[in-house]
Amino acid sequence: MATPEVARDDLVRLPASRTRSPWREIRALVARRVALGVVTLFLVTVVVFAATQVLPGNAAYAVLGHSATPQAISALEKEMGLDRSAVSQYWSWFSGLFQGDLGKSLANGEPVGSLIGPRLENSAFLVAVSGAIGTAIGVLLGLWAALRRDKPIDHVLSVTLLALTSLPEFVVGIVLVLVFASVLFHVLPAVAVLSPGQAPWDAPKLLILPTATLVIVTVPYLFRMVRAATIEALESEYVEMARLNGLSPLRVLVRHALPNAIAPTIQVIGLNFLYLAGGIVVVEFVFNYPGIGQGLVNAVSDRDIPIIQFTVLVLAAFYVFMNIVTDVIALLATPRRLFR
Amino acid sequence: MTSPSQPLAVVENLDVSLRSSGKPVLEDVSLSLARGEILGLVGESGSGKTTLGLAMLGHVRRGLSITAGRITFDGADLRTLPPARLRRLRGASMAYVPQDPATALNPLMKVGALLREVLTAHGRSKDEAQARVSEVLGEVGLPGSEELLSCFPHQLSGGQQQRFALAMAFACRPSLIVLDEPTTGLDVTTQRTVLDTVSNLCASYGVAAVYVSHDVAVVSGLAHRIAIMYAGRVIETGSTGEVFGRPMHPYTRGLLRAVPSPKVAGRLVAMEGVPPRPGARPQGCSFQPRCPVRIEACATVQPELLPTDDPDHLARCLLTQGTGSASTAAAFPRRGDLPGTTTRANGEALLAVRGLSARYGSTPVLEDIALAVRPNSCVAVVGESGSGKTTLARCITGLHTNWQGAIEYRDATLPAGVKTRGRDVLRSIQYVFQNPYASLNPRRTIGATIALPLLHFGGRRSWRELDAAVSDAMQSVALPFELAGRYPDQLSGGERQRVAIARALVVSPELLICDEVTSALDVSVQAATIELLRRLQQERDLAMLFITHNLALVRSIAQEVVVLQAGRIVESGSVEDVLERPRHAYTQRLVEHVPTLEPLLSS
Amino acid sequence: MSSPAVATRTGDAPIYSVRRRESLHILRGALKTFRGATGALLTLGVVGVAALGPLLAPHGGTDLLGAPFQKPGSDLPLGADELGRDVLSRVLYGGWELLLVAAAGTALGIVVGTAAGVVAAYVRGSADALIMRTVDVLLAFPQLVFVLLLVSVIGPKTWLLVVGVGLSHAPQVARVLRSAALDVSERDYVKAVEILGVPPGRVMRREVVPSLITPLMVETGLRMTYSIIIIAGLSFVGFGLQPPSPNWGLMINENRIGLTQNSWPVLAPALLVALLTVGLNMLTDAIARVALGVDRAERAIAAEALGAEPTVDVA
Repeated sequence: MATPEVARDDLVRLPASRTRSPWREIRALVARRVALGVVTLFLVTVVVFAATQVLPGNAAYAVLGHSATPQAISALEKEMGLDRSAVSQYWSWFSGLFQGDLGKSLANGEPVGSLIGPRLENSAFLVAVSGAIGTAIGVLLGLWAALRRDKPIDHVLSVTLLALTSLPEFVVGIVLVLVFASVLFHVLPAVAVLSPGQAPWDAPKLLILPTATLVIVTVPYLFRMVRAATIEALESEYVEMARLNGLSPLRVLVRHALPNAIAPTIQVIGLNFLYLAGGIVVVEFVFNYPGIGQGLVNAVSDRDIPIIQFTVLVLAAFYVFMNIVTDVIALLATPRRLFR
Repeated sequence: MTSPSQPLAVVENLDVSLRSSGKPVLEDVSLSLARGEILGLVGESGSGKTTLGLAMLGHVRRGLSITAGRITFDGADLRTLPPARLRRLRGASMAYVPQDPATALNPLMKVGALLREVLTAHGRSKDEAQARVSEVLGEVGLPGSEELLSCFPHQLSGGQQQRFALAMAFACRPSLIVLDEPTTGLDVTTQRTVLDTVSNLCASYGVAAVYVSHDVAVVSGLAHRIAIMYAGRVIETGSTGEVFGRPMHPYTRGLLRAVPSPKVAGRLVAMEGVPPRPGARPQGCSFQPRCPVRIEACATVQPELLPTDDPDHLARCLLTQGTGSASTAAAFPRRGDLPGTTTRANGEALLAVRGLSARYGSTPVLEDIALAVRPNSCVAVVGESGSGKTTLARCITGLHTNWQGAIEYRDATLPAGVKTRGRDVLRSIQYVFQNPYASLNPRRTIGATIALPLLHFGGRRSWRELDAAVSDAMQSVALPFELAGRYPDQLSGGERQRVAIARALVVSPELLICDEVTSALDVSVQAATIELLRRLQQERDLAMLFITHNLALVRSIAQEVVVLQAGRIVESGSVEDVLERPRHAYTQRLVEHVPTLEPLLSS
Repeated sequence: MSSPAVATRTGDAPIYSVRRRESLHILRGALKTFRGATGALLTLGVVGVAALGPLLAPHGGTDLLGAPFQKPGSDLPLGADELGRDVLSRVLYGGWELLLVAAAGTALGIVVGTAAGVVAAYVRGSADALIMRTVDVLLAFPQLVFVLLLVSVIGPKTWLLVVGVGLSHAPQVARVLRSAALDVSERDYVKAVEILGVPPGRVMRREVVPSLITPLMVETGLRMTYSIIIIAGLSFVGFGLQPPSPNWGLMINENRIGLTQNSWPVLAPALLVALLTVGLNMLTDAIARVALGVDRAERAIAAEALGAEPTVDVA
């Protein structure tokens, strides 16, 4: 059988970069993102510092109150280093951070690290558990709804979750407390106070309501994205092509549709964790849970500046880190960018 | 199983409608396909040809449903077949070649895996599949190397992707293949080779094919039989020689007169009006509002698809039943010749380009370009994608400034960027964009869009003056003034392109640059637009630079032509010279590979 | 270029108008859908309560009229709160300040964010880089935490709440609008005007910005919802609007202790806040669907609602 002769060179020429491995792309992206992240974090420290120690409203006054004596004020100023220039103050604070000296709490004189450490553990646990459960439920529901698109159950789910997504966390928390812990039923504890030194995973009953609150508020976002991404994949031309090639529905779903819904889903899962990091502030307050969120609220009312500074820094660092991780995973899921 | 003499695929009285509104997309379609036969399904956008092609595989797109009729393949009724049996047929006995392989191949799977998957899904063992993969890739002219097989689809070029799609379709040795405009967007040369491959494979293996296309010339070289579609119905069918040589239905005749040809310098003739949308189809014959030979009965009676003077040649027209087309021939005179192609040789060049070299960043795009455009003449710039023709247009209009060389306009050096040019120069050079669906601001009325250049260059005017100027401009492009209050989304593609032309001409430029202005339009609309431009160019003594990839169009509008390949000019001269006696190998290849209707058209 | 705003010829539609009341068009379309109508109803209902409440309240918001957490009775339909104040009156007084501050903060965020985004998109170069770096830094702070940070030193002043909320919205608004403006700037109809030599400022104003109506409307709806959540949340933890003037967030917190005795002082404001946020969200969703079509709207909102890098969603 004759093969066509014309333009053979077009057919045999493959992209020159075929010999390049994908690791180059990955390394390049990670390097870029980490560099950007470092710069961002640096600027974040500047913003945090400026907000707490340089803005109008003398920090010493803020700590001691307006009725303090001038001597007390100037003594505290000296101790806080407020009599030096802004830049030198910033520098000593910043270099202190690097050396692990996070300062001392103004409320009780303890080193910031030992105060925040256990709180960080508790919050991390809460975020991890809520995130995992929320992701699992959101993804499964989203998939299920996508496969039953436009059927009544899909509409019901979508509208219900749309409503849930707009509720403030504290409203959800309070309603849960109302229903399960005080007015209607008494099956669950209304507060999640851990005894000092008690690890959160040793007291699961305490965690149910806070976790439920966080899950209820975040599942809708995941649901929506997974559903939208899956539907888009199911209606794509390559899925139509796979069907026209006679592949079984299961294979079409698993091998062609779902993998293409992963990349956008990953991004939303990462963002979800970030959202949780912000949401714990209010939820921990509602349930008196000893995490960094509650720590932050207490610190603000005590005007405990070092604690405020470090807590905010931790949250910002978490944001930068999660962004890098999400971007890398998204890159790994996109051959179009990975192999040029 | 049917015997070899029975048709392979039969469609009987098929109706396909929109699920939501019930509006019909296909109405009462019947046709049959014999083994090994290639059927060309020809129609413009909205005719339902793709829907019919897919329906022959028992598939409808989301939002559509089959409401009546039978689709038979090899004796089996596809509508009542259990899903498992239908899956066994698909990919194995009947296959599909998509229009755009870039989106039809899973971007996350390597191409080797995609091909093997189809084979193993239909019963081949791993080893059998492996062997067949190499074999079928060879058949379509792709290397069967591991290197190719481990590529992702986006790593292949357009031509490679399309050939790969062919390989996927032919892998299981089907008896029917439906090809959906598979050469859209491909270069002329690549298109030629893909068509040859399809033709060879079908002949070698006795595969029947349904080739869906809007391009009459392409189909004529490939298909044995033709079915012409209009407004959801088959309106003419017969052997290729019959349908294109002795067209019966008025629409077919009109369509053929609108097809440009690289060999004959003829005036393109357009049909008035536009095809009706689903749900807006008129009573009686759907073509009748546009038909130059309609009679009273046409508006009330829906004609059946019946034999004309040749029992094998059917047409859906009251005037051709049982008779030949002689009665209607008078309404379709031969295409008029173009007026003399002599340019005013004494005219000084209005635009002179010398030694132009342009880059995007550090990548060179154009090298040493030289051309000249005189007043009252049209120079065509022909090149395939990647030749740099659009960059050339952008350099001249000032949108692209990264170039070296000289451009002279009206004997003065033309500054590089729009910001540095004087008002008069800006007014004098006007540009028409390729995509009429994107070049009009959707939030501006047609009148405001056309008036904008006027106001920009001319300052304050009274309403009356504006009205007059806009009305004149619209009249010159044959658009009724009442459209001035509408928004672009209420106009068709052809109408929008006319608005773009009116906008360009309203300030009376001396040089008009048209960049692929008909690529997004149907054949008959393209014909109308080209004729309009040609007429305007002559009436207004315009100098025109006409950029296109379609060599056939050049004949109907330009006097001189410049051929671009990979950023360089390889040949230039008068249209006749270059097209009839091409000297450069590339030009020769282009001219040779452009599909034409000539062998079939009767005089 | 001097272009007339509207030209009417006897009886005919204005043919030289540049805008076509697109926002009203979209809004009307949204109100015809279930989500849109329900959302609008809920929103208007709660806004009505908040706005007219002070005029209808039977008692003062700070008058001590009963025993703490007294159960609902004939004179105090919702009972009394922790200090013995009339819950119904406090609820009626407690909305308008919340709404006003949230609206002001949203407006600030939208204006600043849009200006930054559009300038970054059209001017590009170093202005773009500067704006986007600032956006990156500001986005590293969760919104509530950011405002808390500002409040921690200066104190929960109302103007600071507005500025803080506005600044916390601005980065994401800038991102979305920049992405949309970038897409529009590349379109042929903008190039068609550039080719005439129209200066960039005018091109931005007349060609690019009017095309940004859809993302603007959707962003405004989303941001307003978040503003309410943040201000109410801040008030809940005690750093938002301050006592003794009633506001819903504060009421929910201060009356938690007496939940078993009288749940109304907690339930009533919670319900109102919930209905408002749900209504606003549904309305925004309906607007997005009408403007973009269901599928694109789903993808766009799903990503953007959590603060993702926006995919382009200009109609």
